[in-house]
Amino acid sequence: MAEQARAPQAEQPGKRPILPIFKLEPKPHLVGIKCSGCGAVFLDVKRLACSKCGAAGPFHNVPLSTKGKVWVFSVIHQSFPGIKTPYITAIIDLPEGVSVKSNLVDVDPLELQKNPQKAFGMPVELVASVVAKDRQGNEVVAFQFRPSAN
Amino acid sequence: MRNVYVLGTGMIRFGRYPDKTVPELGAEAALIALKDAGVTIKDVELFACGNLFQANAMVGQRILQQVGQTGIPVVNVSNACATGSTAFREAYISVASGMYDITMAVGVEQMGKQGLLGGGGGGSDPAYSTEGRIGSGLMPAVFGQAGMEHMRKYGTKLEHFAKISVKSHQHATKNQFSQYQNEVTLEDVLNARVVAFPNTLYMCCPTGDGAAAAILVSEDKLKQLAGGRKRARVAASVLTSDPYTDRDLTLPDVNTLTKRAAQKAYETAGIGPKDVSLTELHDCFATAELVHYENLGLCGDGEAGKFIDEGGGKHPSLGGKAPVNVSGGLLSKGHPLGATGVANICEVVWHLTGDDRVKQRQVPNAKVGLAHVIGLGSACTIHLLTV
Repeated sequence: MAEQARAPQAEQPGKRPILPIFKLEPKPHLVGIKCSGCGAVFLDVKRLACSKCGAAGPFHNVPLSTKGKVWVFSVIHQSFPGIKTPYITAIIDLPEGVSVKSNLVDVDPLELQKNPQKAFGMPVELVASVVAKDRQGNEVVAFQFRPSAN
Repeated sequence: MRNVYVLGTGMIRFGRYPDKTVPELGAEAALIALKDAGVTIKDVELFACGNLFQANAMVGQRILQQVGQTGIPVVNVSNACATGSTAFREAYISVASGMYDITMAVGVEQMGKQGLLGGGGGGSDPAYSTEGRIGSGLMPAVFGQAGMEHMRKYGTKLEHFAKISVKSHQHATKNQFSQYQNEVTLEDVLNARVVAFPNTLYMCCPTGDGAAAAILVSEDKLKQLAGGRKRARVAASVLTSDPYTDRDLTLPDVNTLTKRAAQKAYETAGIGPKDVSLTELHDCFATAELVHYENLGLCGDGEAGKFIDEGGGKHPSLGGKAPVNVSGGLLSKGHPLGATGVANICEVVWHLTGDDRVKQRQVPNAKVGLAHVIGLGSACTIHLLTV
């Protein structure tokens, strides 16, 4: 859905990612930064120093895999106004050695509560979806994860 | 470092006080502690005040404007849920270092019925709010997942977490300072509405208002002022922050900084977890209490489920071999953020000194008490007290 031919014009409402680490082009994916000293990967667009080894970089952009595995999850039944519940929040381990948090979709939250072990290690893939419109009329695109074959 | 003793303590019942101000709540606890210590505000040389929600509003000075403006140094402390215990630690260090002989710590909070804490994001345009759209950063989600990690690693069952809530509520029926003083059954807990799986309503601490205070003194002052009364010594005062661990920046790791703080506290005091007569630990959620049994060394890694199961939940219960949260803990006693860390030190001190305020729930022959607090972001304090 986010495969646009051109980048959105400055004045023309278009699609905007919910976080700067989320890129919509050429296909929706996350980008982290990697410490050249120790290899730790962070979900940031810039950093002054590495919180693992203390080195002041340099940091290099790393495109992150769109596939990962569920570490743990919770089913949220009470949330902010406008957020539909219940939904699943999950910690997804990516192969680059960093973990990301997002909603796990296409899984029945109440069924998963009955059999929570099913989620541990579940292979998932990133999907993009529009979650809101901002004040300029741009569509805000979020990343979420759904079960995948591997 | 010099020996430091807790000469006096005070707390007000946790609950809801919409007609009182934060300084009034803090002043009430301070006055009780001063009276309990047998000193006046004129004797106090430094005051450390813990409060979170009015951290920019000089709560400590405003308490002294109620209690007595003597011109002493006041430190206002904010450290998430570890705010009160960090204030206590500042008051402790001030005496231990030799700089002062009598100091006061107050923890105070007024939360009203404010609900879920944490989460957010999005800057000035709510369209970019991340909460609920790319996962949850709210406290129920964080601690729900801390429990799920335990379940993943060790096969922990929902009943294990739920039993902690039953125990907490049983204990709280004997605590006149507790926000809730009602019992719940295992069925009540398991059938209550889910807030964030696996924690149901009774497995989440309430919000509320409250205050607690302590007066700390050097050994010389203790001899002058105690008048033969039994007083507890601070045998260790440890504060840690979260070291880098895998996933910590995505899902706060509540375990590593607690394990490190416990190890350091036991080393400092020269004792081990088996010597601890009672523990007040940070059970903001039932899942948190379960993982902290292991983090504090009360049982081995992976044994927390068994620990709560044995003797029908007897191990961590009043009358068991390692009573935990006999006050009712945060789950029942309540969790006014800034007050919590001082209140659990009060509880430990009362058991060690045979104070009337715990006569309904006295842990027999208590010699060593542990008070643990964790604030997300993260900060962990552990205080070991002995008599």
